[in-house]
Amino acid sequence: MNARVDGLGRIAQGAVPGRKKPLRFLTAGSVDDGKSTLIGRLLFDSRAILADQLDSLERQAAGAPIDLALLTDGLEAEREQGITIDVAFRYFATPLRKFIIADAPGHEQYTRNMVTAAAGSDAAVVLVDVTKLHLDRGEGDVAGLVPLLPQTRRHALLAQLLRVPHIVFAVNKLDAVADPAAAFAKVRSALLAFSHEAGIAPAGIVPISALLGHNVTSPWLLAGYDGPPLLALLEGLADEGDANDGPTLMPVQFVADAGSRIRATDGSEHELPGAGHRARVLWGRVARGSVAVGDTLRVFPSGEQARVAELYLAGEIVARVDAGRSAGVMLDRQIDVSRGDWLHRPGSLQPASRFAATLAWLDTEPAVVGRRYWLRHGNCWLQGRITAIESRLDIATLERREAGALAVNDIGEVLFETQQPLPLEAFAAQREAGSLLVVDPATNRTSGALLVKAALDAA
Amino acid sequence: MNAPLLQDRLLPEADALAVTRPDRGQLEALEEEGIFILRETVAAFERPALLFSGGKDSCVVLHLAQKAFKLAGHSGTRLPFPLLHVDTGHNFPEVLAFRDAHVAALGERLIVAHLEDSIARGSVRLGSPGESRNGHQSVTLMEATLEHRFDVLIGGARRDEEKARAKERILSHRDAFGQWQPKEQRPELWTLFNTRLKPGEHMRAFPISNWTELDVWMYIDAERIPLPSLYLSHRREVVRKKGLLVPVTPLTPPLAGEVVEAVDVRFRTVGDITCTCPVESTAASTAEIVAETLAVTMSERGATRMDDRTSEASMERRKKEGYF
Repeated sequence: MNARVDGLGRIAQGAVPGRKKPLRFLTAGSVDDGKSTLIGRLLFDSRAILADQLDSLERQAAGAPIDLALLTDGLEAEREQGITIDVAFRYFATPLRKFIIADAPGHEQYTRNMVTAAAGSDAAVVLVDVTKLHLDRGEGDVAGLVPLLPQTRRHALLAQLLRVPHIVFAVNKLDAVADPAAAFAKVRSALLAFSHEAGIAPAGIVPISALLGHNVTSPWLLAGYDGPPLLALLEGLADEGDANDGPTLMPVQFVADAGSRIRATDGSEHELPGAGHRARVLWGRVARGSVAVGDTLRVFPSGEQARVAELYLAGEIVARVDAGRSAGVMLDRQIDVSRGDWLHRPGSLQPASRFAATLAWLDTEPAVVGRRYWLRHGNCWLQGRITAIESRLDIATLERREAGALAVNDIGEVLFETQQPLPLEAFAAQREAGSLLVVDPATNRTSGALLVKAALDAA
Repeated sequence: MNAPLLQDRLLPEADALAVTRPDRGQLEALEEEGIFILRETVAAFERPALLFSGGKDSCVVLHLAQKAFKLAGHSGTRLPFPLLHVDTGHNFPEVLAFRDAHVAALGERLIVAHLEDSIARGSVRLGSPGESRNGHQSVTLMEATLEHRFDVLIGGARRDEEKARAKERILSHRDAFGQWQPKEQRPELWTLFNTRLKPGEHMRAFPISNWTELDVWMYIDAERIPLPSLYLSHRREVVRKKGLLVPVTPLTPPLAGEVVEAVDVRFRTVGDITCTCPVESTAASTAEIVAETLAVTMSERGATRMDDRTSEASMERRKKEGYF
């Protein structure tokens, strides 16, 4: 093995990344779906696995064929117990793009890990193990479709619930079936029917063999598939549209004292006008719209208004900052603004303190109706409580089941109430205003994630 | 699970990947994230400190901090936190000289915590006088954290460095003993960081978690970030041991029978002088280092760190004990 790797000579492990933003994707699959092999394959073929890491795998294999899955089991406890505990992040690059894999373990604490991996991911690759499907079943079915496994439905539905922008199905282990083209055609029909029913528009359904590398990085000729290999598909995915349209919304992250001396464009320095006036810069990542010099912005919750006098972007003076980037806003008059406030276009917010939400529960202590929790909305910490648990979602089908409680890894529909009104929006439309973190006040553990569905009152 | 490793390579060969000036798009996304995390850290905690050793990763974080907190056109602003260096006493002299000159040029405040002081206090006991002090740094770091009541330490660790790091959060919670508990990590959702601490606990913040060694070099090259001279190719006396080039220093003199060679080398990482090795290289500029990094076949730690080779889990064990 050493000779082979050395034989690569000075071949690039990655490449100068291209114009697109890095793509963060999660891999969703159950044990033995070949997820670790797929990740190992992507890392190996893109040369992100280096000679000493291969040496280490070989030492562990002690003569047996090496196991690429070992690359992703990072902790001693995991190796001892043969399980994966937590989400691991892996990196590789191609000539076109830098990739970040959020690798969520497939069994223990599944929902918790997948929620962690999916939050912030640009794409989800859902692995479908073709060898676990009854390819001859479904012929008696009315629709004539191969039944999908519950975990495939679960993985795709969770990714959709968390609004991962692109969902890709990778139909794996096609090397292990007698007629790969026929098998793929059947599974593809089933995935299309399921996606249609669930309202998912898949970014691709790719037939692969992670074991042999077919259609992962190199093309594989298969009747009925004329799309790109998985890696090329991921390279081509559009950047998540930064929400440049719509009324400006910016959570204030950090208020900086800009000092009292300012340098004019001619290089001369002078004191800011007004006795004791110290300019402050309001930093925050623009969530929607853009901020431009001259804009009138309102502050939530104070309701005060001011105009943007000067704008900064990482130390530079600019005229405009678009969504997705952090702006430093200096207003034309001194008003009270602190971390946790929001800057917004006047008239665009409808604050509410009661709302309906989907609650993903991540804590081993069950959710308790009426108990006070710490919440983080944007950059603001406040308290709130569940007023009712309306239902629990069956994760395999997203059907609502009656429930009075939510335990770890449960996802439910709840009614919620906060101590003060917030500028809430539906999570599906606006991530920053539509999501809240739930923290247990006794342990400080991150207990849950609230995805707002609808505000229930106008404050 | 056993994947045969194919000899035929699937991506373009090296000559197809002509090294050009890096496109700013990907680096800008990493820079935005790093600056965002720095501002979050300063806003959410009372007493931050930035770990600064003069190593390349901490130089990148310090550069991001300048961009995050210093405004164009405004003078006299200083970073909203001091820099902290845990000095093991086992340093490369050019790195210490760079550290002091760079900090002075920027006008920042540097606190140096000396491992020698921990030895004098008895809180660190060495097994042998010349042994690596890398693992002992955690004790001195915790002592400095307590003395200065820091509630968050900002560092330049990256997830691509090592397998245990791959599972570390961007904001990583430490208990009152400074320990990392991998099974108790807080899920990190979007940018809704859980910054809540109990008395005595602290946080570690890693603004360049998602950067790779290549990203770091491309950014250093693009931004012209100053570094200690030993990162560039220079001639140095070394002894070849088990595939590593062990530098000849007052602390690591050649043993009887060992052959000392003068080799053109550069350092990929800089740590304790007794366990950090350079790699053979003629790269005399950061652009040449980017080109070499694109072609590298050994991981950063595998090629340069003697202490990480002792066991599969050595980093995880040190991290649980409070190592950065």
